[in-house]
Amino acid sequence: MKLSINLLLFMLLFIAAKQSSAQTDIDAIMMEKNAFCVGPGYAYSSWKEYWEGTKKRENLNLGTVSTQMFAIMGNYGVSNKLNVLFNVPYVVTKASAGTLRGQQGMQDLSLMLKYRAINKKIYSSRVALIGLLGGSLPMSNYTADLLPLSIGLQSKTAMARLMLDYYYDNKWFATASATYVYRSNVTLDRDSYYSDRFILSNEVDMPNATSYNIRAGYRTQWLIAEAVLNNWTTRGGFDITQNNMPFISNRMNATSLGANVKYVFRNKPQLSLTGGASQVIAGRNMGQSFNVNGAVFYVFDLNRKEKKNKQDTN
Amino acid sequence: MYINIKQITAVVLLCVTVASCSKEITERTKNAPALNPANIDLNAGTWKPVLLTTPDEFAVATPGATSGPGYTAEINEIKSYQKTMTGAQKERMNYWSAGAVFRWNEIMRGLVAKYNLPPFQNPDGTYPVPDANNPFNNPQFPFANPPYASRAYAYISAAQYDALVAAWHYKKLYNRSAPYKINNTITTLLPQTDLPSYPSEDAAVVGVMVEMLKLFFPGEQAAIQQFATEHKNARIMAGMNVRSDIEAGEALGRLVAQKFVTRARGDRAGAAVGTPAIWQQFETQTAATGEMPWISMESPKRPPMLPLFGRVRTWLFDSATLVTAVRPGPPPSTKSEKFKQEVAEVLHYSKNATREELAIVHYWADGLATHTPPGHWNAIAADDFLGQRFSEVRWARNMALLNMSMMDAAIACWEAKFFYFNPRPSQVNPEIKTWTGLPNFPSYTSGHSTFSGAAATILGRIIPARKTAYENMAKEASLSRLYGAIHYRSDCEEGLKCGNAIGGYAIARANVDGAN
Repeated sequence: MKLSINLLLFMLLFIAAKQSSAQTDIDAIMMEKNAFCVGPGYAYSSWKEYWEGTKKRENLNLGTVSTQMFAIMGNYGVSNKLNVLFNVPYVVTKASAGTLRGQQGMQDLSLMLKYRAINKKIYSSRVALIGLLGGSLPMSNYTADLLPLSIGLQSKTAMARLMLDYYYDNKWFATASATYVYRSNVTLDRDSYYSDRFILSNEVDMPNATSYNIRAGYRTQWLIAEAVLNNWTTRGGFDITQNNMPFISNRMNATSLGANVKYVFRNKPQLSLTGGASQVIAGRNMGQSFNVNGAVFYVFDLNRKEKKNKQDTN
Repeated sequence: MYINIKQITAVVLLCVTVASCSKEITERTKNAPALNPANIDLNAGTWKPVLLTTPDEFAVATPGATSGPGYTAEINEIKSYQKTMTGAQKERMNYWSAGAVFRWNEIMRGLVAKYNLPPFQNPDGTYPVPDANNPFNNPQFPFANPPYASRAYAYISAAQYDALVAAWHYKKLYNRSAPYKINNTITTLLPQTDLPSYPSEDAAVVGVMVEMLKLFFPGEQAAIQQFATEHKNARIMAGMNVRSDIEAGEALGRLVAQKFVTRARGDRAGAAVGTPAIWQQFETQTAATGEMPWISMESPKRPPMLPLFGRVRTWLFDSATLVTAVRPGPPPSTKSEKFKQEVAEVLHYSKNATREELAIVHYWADGLATHTPPGHWNAIAADDFLGQRFSEVRWARNMALLNMSMMDAAIACWEAKFFYFNPRPSQVNPEIKTWTGLPNFPSYTSGHSTFSGAAATILGRIIPARKTAYENMAKEASLSRLYGAIHYRSDCEEGLKCGNAIGGYAIARANVDGAN
């Protein structure tokens, strides 16, 4: 049984974030000082096959496992160089077969600080170096110990990300980032469990994780179209044994390929739409999920100056 | 809109600070204290064994003299170990010092959890049956489900108890003192007692485990042997036993275990899987009565779990008593109004269980890849026994009472499940979705409730001060199955009652076994 949860947490928790292109914690776009970009997002992810360890299989007692995320995402420009981002997701899971009840609830609040340290023009190119610090925190006491239907893992995370953006001719771009994620231990409702050994405790040691993200494509003030490659790798953990349920501290890895589009309305430049899709192409102890997502963003100018599009595409 | 950068920075800094914390988990019994019995139970050789006809049914040779060169060599072995002891060896010595019955019980629970996984289906949708002669591949042997686990815990606990009764008999008979009483140059690293050390009680338990686990977990020989060697050496390192104590104890444990292995091979558990014809017969017979028969909710449809486990030989009462006195009365007819009400109640929990109720569901779920409900009650008992300062033989006696009652609970519950062959709530109303895994066998009565009723009853006899606490735990465990939407209320209530009655048989045995 599989875990799209991590997918969720990472490709979904930041789904809107991770997969969409709208001045999120995974792209190189900054908001200007006092601009506040906010909006609702929706993501749908589902898988029928999953990797039990490294072996691909399906599970007729789950059928297709789907996860929906409804989120409010926002980005505030403290300055042109420093942004604060947040994501407040509500998650709903469901299995199409079997008797297990799907779960739903407020998942994990994530907060990120995004700082652009370098932004240098070289001939017709521009290179930016961006650092991010942040974390996530469960917002409700949901049950993590019921994968693959849990809505999250109940782990508090802290992460650091370094991002390099290359922008050519004010049209073409490539962004690469690497992230290290620390994950706190998780407390279960039960007082013993079997991971790769029998453990007499209600506490689970969660392995940390790394991820990388590469995106490239066309980017202007009015339109962004990009391809995205994302990888999430758990640094430790163990494989699901045959016919076992997934467990929160499994070694969950996933690589996905996707594409996103962002469209800004010319007659109302504060308003933008984003949409995207991605497919997991390789994984371990994870569902081979297909994800689609969309969001609507509106930029408020908290300076109360005359309204103009505040997005800094440079 | 104003955003406080300081606050945000504080959150981030907090996260980073958290990141520097150690994530190491301390298991709750890691530092359990060394066994230091309040009473050495010197007369335990007179206690009533389970299978042995007499405590001296298996001979233990007279120990060699403690004045000769042979014994001196054994004393020197202790000293040479202590001279070169590493930190790791010391850590393991302390681990084993908490008690032989206690530590091997923990190891057993771990093995059950490791092997508590159902076979994966064949390409044609049928299921392979685990094969004791080929334990390694799909399906691994065993599938340590609750009935299997209850049986393993019971045989092992009862065999340990008989082996220790025999060991105590010879301890008193030969009265060979511990090495530290004989030779004052021996340093002991663990609490000393006045208990004679020949044959070694720890080694008797090791002997039982090595033999019994060949039967119950045949794929684990290498790991078991490693534990066995480590445990025996730990006793010598600690200065508690000389090697001849250990060897005599282990040989005795192995012999006693053989008697239990023989019983196990003939207790009808081997036939509990049944055959396709038998599986069909349950359905046909139930349908003939006009009641709705159970069907597997799994896909592909899985044969019911150990349908003939209700015919396995019991410990505390005979098969006639099982059918006449222990078997619960019938469940509400699937056509009755009461049944409709019970289904509606399950649907209510399926939709509205509170977070507190779900915590109860998950605490007691003890499903796949866990030590099972009998294992959970072993854990509850073991954690409490640690504070009681029992001797090794009393530990074994109490664990044997607990586990024999839970195996009998499994037998009685499975007998009822397949006698009544009642459908699960989700089968009756597909709207009923469950909060935890739905077991693949009939509904009436609840196994968790029966196990818990039996366990709470006998544990209340063993530690009277905790009687009410155990009863409340059993009630909670029982209702957890209703909250989880996998059992009707009558499954839970009748199972608990039946379990309590079975616990009563264990109390009756405890009252006359000589250990009071």
